[in-house]
Amino acid sequence: MAYSNKIKELYQNQLKGIQDAGLFKQERFIHSSQDAEIEVEFPTGSAPKKVINVCANNYLGLSSHPEVIKAAHEGLDTRGYGMSSVRFICGTQDIHRELENKVSEFLGTEDTILFPSCMDANAGVFEAILTSEDIMISDRLVHASIIDGMRLCAAQHDTFKHSDMAHLEKKLQLHADKRLKVVINDGVYSMDGDTAKLDEMAALCEKYDALLFVDESHSSGFIGKTGRGTHEKCGVMGKIDIITTTFGKALGGASGGCVSGRKEIVEMCRQKARPYLFSNTIAPVVVSGVLRVLDILSQSTERRDKLEVNTEFWRKGLSEAGFVLKDGDTPIVPVMLFNAKLAQDFSKDLFDLGIYAIGFFFPVVPQGAARIRTQISAGHEMHHLEKALDAFIKVGKKYDILGKTKQEIIEMYGN
Amino acid sequence: MEDMKEVILEYVIEEYCDEENDDVTFETPLISGGIVDSFSMVSLKRFLENKYKISIPDADASPEAFDTVNKIEVLVKRFL
Repeated sequence: MAYSNKIKELYQNQLKGIQDAGLFKQERFIHSSQDAEIEVEFPTGSAPKKVINVCANNYLGLSSHPEVIKAAHEGLDTRGYGMSSVRFICGTQDIHRELENKVSEFLGTEDTILFPSCMDANAGVFEAILTSEDIMISDRLVHASIIDGMRLCAAQHDTFKHSDMAHLEKKLQLHADKRLKVVINDGVYSMDGDTAKLDEMAALCEKYDALLFVDESHSSGFIGKTGRGTHEKCGVMGKIDIITTTFGKALGGASGGCVSGRKEIVEMCRQKARPYLFSNTIAPVVVSGVLRVLDILSQSTERRDKLEVNTEFWRKGLSEAGFVLKDGDTPIVPVMLFNAKLAQDFSKDLFDLGIYAIGFFFPVVPQGAARIRTQISAGHEMHHLEKALDAFIKVGKKYDILGKTKQEIIEMYGN
Repeated sequence: MEDMKEVILEYVIEEYCDEENDDVTFETPLISGGIVDSFSMVSLKRFLENKYKISIPDADASPEAFDTVNKIEVLVKRFL
């Protein structure tokens, strides 16, 4: 047997190291569909408990929307369960191309190509369009999937300080001699909830003849007046060369992602992007669901408007209660606790009070920046948010952190 | 002539540090210590090449050779 005791012990020791460092991730089993209220089995083996969920990416509350479920059923009935193929052999149905066209229309781009996930889109796009003569200049806080995609690409890479436009300009000047320059950033940063300065970036890219890339996974569907994304909010629709986004968050929450943007760039991905070429097509049931999601969002801005109201209530409530928050106006509202153990204890106490929100700490966020990341949804009703706010205040009082500054919390609990 | 190590240290602090990690010395591990990620090394390499009018071959610009200010000084002096 190849799996000797020596190998087994090697992995056991590594896993113990992760546990000893307090970094072991434990899944919690949910016995319901994704919604504002979910039934969670925690700890494992206990009876499922109904709690209010304030940590899902279900920003528009569409994950279990009856119309989306109905459309998915219809897709299942008319186009089957799976395609057993990659796109370019026998995995492209009419609805795949229909979805690509609808996404282009929604985002205001020239063309779109679907990927199994946005992780795959980010993993594949850079390698498909850049060579060793080019440079990728990324914000230092971009998502891990973008970092992996850049690692797979032969182009050189450099970074600029988070959202620092003067620093970005210096980098564009430093790399002026490169064949192609691509500025890479997230539209909304998933851990801090702040928004990229896409208008300033688009101007810099124009000035220095650089391409602009943005990952809109935490923006598509609800940022901007009609929910098109950060480029709509910043008034630069049509000026972003490459957008990647996911259908796994606001846009139905199932799975799948895409690269959307300039026609030639999308075509290069179709010819060369490895996660597209060597991975299965998106299942018809998911495609059908996303098509319906885009219809719902194109007909009315009701859901993103409700999300805006909910977010304002939530952010104002936490702020007035005296929590330290990260600045921003997106539905990602990080409650800063700085200490990893405090974040974990806080999360557990919230759960006891019927609120599901997870503590984040190093290495997911920088050392000393532990937090509870809350995410608001259009699926939340005001009574959900009021109950969640009450619970946060109760637990905040227990740990005596309300009205305290960052420094005071660190002095009390360490970082 | 300005001290090379001081020049490199000043650049590293300005380019890569914030208020939480600005206590960098000549011996602080930059790459293995997580202060400079491998993606950001390219700026440091170009800065050294421009400042000292040298060309550092990619094969010599390893994370190990860039790991401390002291090591970077040794590397630069090889190509002066």
